[in-house]
Amino acid sequence: MIRAKYLPLMTTLVVFVLAYAICIAQFPAMWSTRVVANLLTDNAFLGIAAVGMTFVILSGGIDLSIGSVIGFTGVFLAVVIERAGIHPAVAFVLALVIATGFGGVMGAIIHYLKMPAFIVTLAGMFFARGMAFVLSTDSVPISHPFYGELQSLYFKLPGGGRLRLIGLVMLLVVLIGTIVAQRTRFGTNVYALGGNLQSAELMGVPVARTTIGIYALSGFLAGLAGIVFSLYTSAGYSLAAVGVELDAIAAVVIGGTLLTGGAGFVAGTLIGVLIQGLIQTYIVFDGSLSSWWTKIVIGLLLFAFIALQRAILWLSEHRAGALRTRPA
Amino acid sequence: MASDVVRLRVQGASKSFLGIRALDRVDFSLRAGEVHALLGENGAGKSTLIKVITGAYRRDGGEILLDGAAIDPQGVTDAQALGIGTVYQEVNLLPNLSVAENLFIGREPTRFGLTRTGEMRRRARALLGQYGLAIDVGAPLSSFSVAVQQIVAIARAVDLSGKVLILDEPTASLDAHEVDTLFEVVLQLKARGLGIVFITHFLDQVFRIADSVTVLRNGRLVGSRPVAGLERIELVSMMLGRELQDEERARSGGATPEGAAAIRFTGYGKRGSVAPFDLSVRRGEVVGMAGLLGSGRTETARLIFGIDTSDGGQAEIDGTPVTLGSPAQAIAHGFGFCPEDRKVDGIVGDLSVRENIVLALQARRGWARPLPRRAQDELAARYIEALDIRTSDAEKPIKFLSGGNQQKALLARWLATDPRFLILDEPTRGIDVGAHAEIIRLIERLCADGMSLLVISSELEELVVYASRVVVLSDRAHVAELTGEAVTPSGIMQAIAAHEKAAAA
Amino acid sequence: MSVALKGLRRLAPQLVTLAVVLALIGFAFPGFFQLNWQNGRLYGSLVDVLNRGAPVALLAIGMTLVIATKGIDLSVGAVMAITGAVAASLITSDMPLAVTLALTLLVGLACGLWNGALVAFLDIQPIIATLILMVAGRGIAQLITEGVILTFNDAGLIFFGSGSVLGLPMPVVLWLLFGVLVALLVRRTALGLLIEAIGVNRRASMLSGVRTRFLLLTVYATSGLCAAVAGTVAAADIRGADANNAGLWLELDAILAVVLGGTSLLGGRFSIAGSLIGAMIIQAINTGILLSGFPPEFNLIIKAAIIVVILVVQSPASQSLFVYLRPERRDATPVTRERPAR
Repeated sequence: MIRAKYLPLMTTLVVFVLAYAICIAQFPAMWSTRVVANLLTDNAFLGIAAVGMTFVILSGGIDLSIGSVIGFTGVFLAVVIERAGIHPAVAFVLALVIATGFGGVMGAIIHYLKMPAFIVTLAGMFFARGMAFVLSTDSVPISHPFYGELQSLYFKLPGGGRLRLIGLVMLLVVLIGTIVAQRTRFGTNVYALGGNLQSAELMGVPVARTTIGIYALSGFLAGLAGIVFSLYTSAGYSLAAVGVELDAIAAVVIGGTLLTGGAGFVAGTLIGVLIQGLIQTYIVFDGSLSSWWTKIVIGLLLFAFIALQRAILWLSEHRAGALRTRPA
Repeated sequence: MASDVVRLRVQGASKSFLGIRALDRVDFSLRAGEVHALLGENGAGKSTLIKVITGAYRRDGGEILLDGAAIDPQGVTDAQALGIGTVYQEVNLLPNLSVAENLFIGREPTRFGLTRTGEMRRRARALLGQYGLAIDVGAPLSSFSVAVQQIVAIARAVDLSGKVLILDEPTASLDAHEVDTLFEVVLQLKARGLGIVFITHFLDQVFRIADSVTVLRNGRLVGSRPVAGLERIELVSMMLGRELQDEERARSGGATPEGAAAIRFTGYGKRGSVAPFDLSVRRGEVVGMAGLLGSGRTETARLIFGIDTSDGGQAEIDGTPVTLGSPAQAIAHGFGFCPEDRKVDGIVGDLSVRENIVLALQARRGWARPLPRRAQDELAARYIEALDIRTSDAEKPIKFLSGGNQQKALLARWLATDPRFLILDEPTRGIDVGAHAEIIRLIERLCADGMSLLVISSELEELVVYASRVVVLSDRAHVAELTGEAVTPSGIMQAIAAHEKAAAA
Repeated sequence: MSVALKGLRRLAPQLVTLAVVLALIGFAFPGFFQLNWQNGRLYGSLVDVLNRGAPVALLAIGMTLVIATKGIDLSVGAVMAITGAVAASLITSDMPLAVTLALTLLVGLACGLWNGALVAFLDIQPIIATLILMVAGRGIAQLITEGVILTFNDAGLIFFGSGSVLGLPMPVVLWLLFGVLVALLVRRTALGLLIEAIGVNRRASMLSGVRTRFLLLTVYATSGLCAAVAGTVAAADIRGADANNAGLWLELDAILAVVLGGTSLLGGRFSIAGSLIGAMIIQAINTGILLSGFPPEFNLIIKAAIIVVILVVQSPASQSLFVYLRPERRDATPVTRERPAR
């Protein structure tokens, strides 16, 4: 029997498989490793950022700053590599340190000032975007040979698909994210925070450390997503990745993670990202459909999954609490 | 069996909140291998005592000795490390995590930083096996019944602490069979030499499992007794009665008014909440409702006021059937309800005293017909004066008032709607003695003015002063109705004790 | 008179902030306060501030009520895009102006009702409930405009963006009018009191007979309506509907305006006037930065700084510190509020 906690994940998987089957039925050309590899490559930065968002949402929080952090990282890399002449590898480390520290500071503010994550990360969103503009308002191309080397790395799939480095990085992040979520104390603590903050505190979960860790991780992954995005586009632009936080949140929810926290899987988020990518691919293949259908369909999926979560919650409350008085 | 070794001793523990003594020089001692029941109504000081013992509250005075050594735990985790574990009624575990994770969170077996899930589950199964529980420890805790969750919580607490186990109303939401299972676990732990503090409001359970009992009342120690040889009625009177010799105090109220019932409920009830009951209240009558905590008193009030909906039956006002589907509907029929938990269900903290007073009236009038500001000021001024609400002015946020004054403002909220029927749930709980007397006088006055009242109270001496009839509840059912001469504290206590006994049998 | 004085005192921090911001700009750019009367119309930087700030001001009106109920409406920017698109597509298909306006407002109302229904009846957290429309809304808007910037030349509709009444730009007149109207509506009826009661303690309000679901529906509907007006103004201003950029990120500015105006994100007491002043503070900073030659995006950092300051002031943690520091309050403990959603 499938456990109830896997139900949303299974639903997501079924939706994805069904959707892909429909796509193939209509466009047999979509049944190729090329399409799959491109799906992974094109959505690599979103996937990486969404893994960070998964941790945040699992803990019952939200992080609106990741799109801006991706944008900032891109500009920072471009400026540091092209104008200051620092080697990209060093620049990557610097970018990750900055992004991680930035997330950690937001986590600390959320915990110690006891303010909603929503508004704290909103400030972070403004700040990171603003700093990107301060560095440069123009799109700065990156032409360092190291970038070329990294971009040329790929893993040949049977059938001609090329799984590029950044797609691989995303899969790696998903894998490590899954292990961290399922098999480490930190991961258990993240679920604990999302389950019930008071209980977690009473059970000795280090709430401050975990909260700061979660947002630092989200910052780190947003930074990594920024690096991947910069490899993907070979440029840094301060208006890049606007609204990615929304795509990431959507991916997490469609991936079966409870928006109120405490339940969900990193792997589900990957499927959530792939579903979004699949819709876009379908639209490209179709040729006559317009791109805005992506947003509408994602909105519908969001609603469907939120409604599904409500229904599961309602059913379990109904089963559990005949005695319990109902909340206002 | 209980040894003579004293595990835990509390001497002269005191704790005040804002000048109100929640715990007043209470002594308590727990022997190794003993189940010690801690009894008392809401606000008697049980949970304050527990929180003082576990360090969740800083005590103002007194000392705590564990195995003869003075301890000063700084918090729940600290107390746990010292050997005192606590399990609450609302299981304080994480329902979304697996059973094994709940047992071992923070101390998971790891290798290279990774949790050894298999090893953790093996240990979890072994640990629960000691309690005769063979369940899938990888499944989320929420997929199990409250009883299993309760045992998991106990297993965790004992595994972490191992000297003293405090069970805070563990049986409140368990059925009879689950209670049996839980008690087997408790007996087993007792045999292991743990000291067990058992908080409950089910008397039959006290007689079944406890070796001794301590009763608190209004923050003071009423007494500690061995259960062997203790009479049920004596225990009830320790909990509810002030002094037994005082019980036949003169009753000023009590004359049942003539006439047909103004408000009548027949066959009202809700599955799992309160068994179907009949209840009627005449004009100008105060009907009291007595019973121990958890007997279905508040549940009855919630049904009558339309917060919960009845499974069946009928409600009538002056012989006309009415539907009470929501509080708004009940209020439209002239009902009012002062809830027991003032802070959560009653006051709207940030709003002013004036706004709190006019709220129900305004809600009934609807948003489009605002009470003119002058009328609001007049209402507020009238009730502040009439009920002697002590506040520097009507515009002060109500959260800054004392408990008694908040309660009077809530009463004013309902009186302003000119209700025909008022339900008061523990109207005098947690307020100072002066306000106590004023509220009782007010109840008598309202009754004289022809209002119908239903008063839920565990202050039996007060109840018999104003109630003409008293409905007695036990085990989520209305079990007796006392009228006339029978309405005395001892009469009520006997009725409760009789039915508790019947329920136990 | 005393009521007005009290209101002034309550809004003093906002008014002082606005005055300081304006004074700083005026100090750097002496021409800032200059007003000219030309062609029966007032011109000047100050008027520009009032005019440019109109969309955020309009959104802030509805957002104030939503936040007062302890909610939030993330969808208003997207609703602006939808309603702008509706207005443009109706007027370009030769609908009469009155019909266009009526239908546009109706669409905004419907969007608000959708959000309200999710919050009030399905009990979905507001931030999540309104996220759905925030994500899907721009797609819907693009669906209506079919992906192009739908331009129009109808003088009547354009009037809402660049016309003037009594010398003031129409958008300014609109937000002032709407602000006064809604403020009067909630303060002259009991809506304001009941909304605040829900925001402070929804449970106790319900037990006192307040129809909490109806009121929640009302505030989200109002927010949708305000977004529709803002969307119309924004579209009329550029004489076209830009589904991609109309109202982009304005929901965040509107939330910021409300918080700046002194309404707590934790619900309860609200002030529409405060929110309007908050919107003007934001716009004054925007204009100031524009004038100073900094890249306009620079004000994002200033906005971030403002939020941090507000966070520190509003934080329950620092508030308990203030209570502790003020000896006369120590006898009274405020009711501890639930911890906000994290």
